[in-house]
Amino acid sequence: MISLSAKEKGKNFSFVLPALIVFTLFYIYPFFYTFVLSFQDYDLISDAKFVGLTNFRETLGDKDWWGAMYNGGFITFWALTFQNILALMLAMAVFKVVRMNKFYRVTFFLLPILSEIIIGVLMKQLLVSEPIGKDVFNHLLRNAGLGSMTQEWLGTDRVRLITALVHCWKGFGWAFVIFLAGLHNIPDHLYEAARIDGANSWQCFWKITLPLLMPVLTLVFVLTILGTMQAFAMILALTDGAGGLTVVPVMRIYDHIRGSQAGLACAEGLVLGAILIAVSFTMFFISKKIRKKYGVLQS
Amino acid sequence: MGFYRAKKVLILIFLHTFLFSVALCCIFPFLWMVNVSFESPQEFDSDYGLKADLRIKLDNYKEVLLERSFWKYFLNSVFYTCVTVFSIVLLSSLAAFGFSRLQFPAKDFLFFMFLAAMMIPLPAGFVPVYIILNKIGLVNRTGYVLAMTNVGLSLSIYLLKTFFDNLPRDLEDAARIDGCNKLQIWWNVGLPLVAPALAVVVIFNALNVWNEFVLASLMFADSNLMPLQVGLKEFSDLQVTKHTLIMAALTVATAPIILIYLKMQKQFVKGLTAGALVG
Repeated sequence: MISLSAKEKGKNFSFVLPALIVFTLFYIYPFFYTFVLSFQDYDLISDAKFVGLTNFRETLGDKDWWGAMYNGGFITFWALTFQNILALMLAMAVFKVVRMNKFYRVTFFLLPILSEIIIGVLMKQLLVSEPIGKDVFNHLLRNAGLGSMTQEWLGTDRVRLITALVHCWKGFGWAFVIFLAGLHNIPDHLYEAARIDGANSWQCFWKITLPLLMPVLTLVFVLTILGTMQAFAMILALTDGAGGLTVVPVMRIYDHIRGSQAGLACAEGLVLGAILIAVSFTMFFISKKIRKKYGVLQS
Repeated sequence: MGFYRAKKVLILIFLHTFLFSVALCCIFPFLWMVNVSFESPQEFDSDYGLKADLRIKLDNYKEVLLERSFWKYFLNSVFYTCVTVFSIVLLSSLAAFGFSRLQFPAKDFLFFMFLAAMMIPLPAGFVPVYIILNKIGLVNRTGYVLAMTNVGLSLSIYLLKTFFDNLPRDLEDAARIDGCNKLQIWWNVGLPLVAPALAVVVIFNALNVWNEFVLASLMFADSNLMPLQVGLKEFSDLQVTKHTLIMAALTVATAPIILIYLKMQKQFVKGLTAGALVG
């Protein structure tokens, strides 16, 4: 490689400089500033006070924080199981059918592109009874002769589950698209060879589809955890926390910064971030182990 | 033979029933939303928005659009989206071109830094950003656009760099021999050739800014600056009982996205899955 003059290097560097300035000011600096803030008591007006580990101690000992983590975990559990299994089943079905293939793909991907606020406000109208909503879901049930099933869907005993299901409803299209791309990447000749050897569809699924989809599955699982544990706006619009039953971690962070407790908000963010990083590394590690065991580790 | 055919048809019927019922679950709330937006409150009370009336009445839209604040929200969102996407395209295509084609010190490290930013989850990331904006007096349009520009930079640079990497160098060499400097090569040769990737970058980031809620709702207490998502939340909280109005407002907020989506779904899918496939 020809070595360049300092002036030339400077000119070249100026191509990345504008992006780097914005990135430094709004990512790198805030990144380290989060750590600084988490050791401080700062209300955005008066001077910040150094308080050591108080914010972390308060977070880790806060029942409401762990309650929020439980709620987030509950929604994540449904997203991991119900949403992703549904998405995989839909992807496999769309992979099989030829007719209306495009219609299904376009429809399923409609929800992930719409804003969380729109979904939350809309579902509230359908699920909550008057005067806040219109209770359309119960009306449909009554019309279908299932009047006994009508209930207050966002009432205290159901609200957490229904919030999780609405979250799944909004999110499955995204997992569906990734699964479908993954299915298209599995070479056809594997299935042909298996058929010649007399394998049935069930065996093909367990011995070919699932193992070869492992990397995609891991990715979707990790991203589902990251995304769902940080979900916020849809839940805010739909239930506004439901008196603690659907308060999720980011909602607490948001409330604390609104309440001028910047240090506490940052400490909570760091705790959640650390947990998420640990969980995603564990997931990747387990996935690698499984793939090694079954000999489908790809380069 | 007949048995296998029948089995195949049965399986197809089953698959289509499954797929179609899920598709219906996706579309129904939106059909309902559009239908209600055309109804008067009296009609809505009696039919729950479940009967379609072919005489389309625009009273709700008139009221929503005549309400000055709603227009403001809409135009604010258009403004934030356009300016942010423009600056992301400009900054990220310059940087991606630099990372792909030019030599300078610490190049690999800097690129790695942009990538790392995509991998590390920062659930409270909006808190320090808001505080910094507060401190430097940028809790305004400029501050919001700059912060949102940063959100889109990493992925856009990554996408465009991989695209630049795969382009043949011959065209650039030709341009250089013809006397173009690096900036002219970026503009005349680089950008036109990465147009397909730029389309993905534009769609992905436009959607991101259009749908953003958290930072905007922290920053803008003044309704003159609020984007649509914050405005919608505000509007639906204030007009809680005016269901038909809220549905008209939701329709206005959803329609542009759905129309653009139907036109350019390939870019949407690529844009939203690109982020996932980096990992």
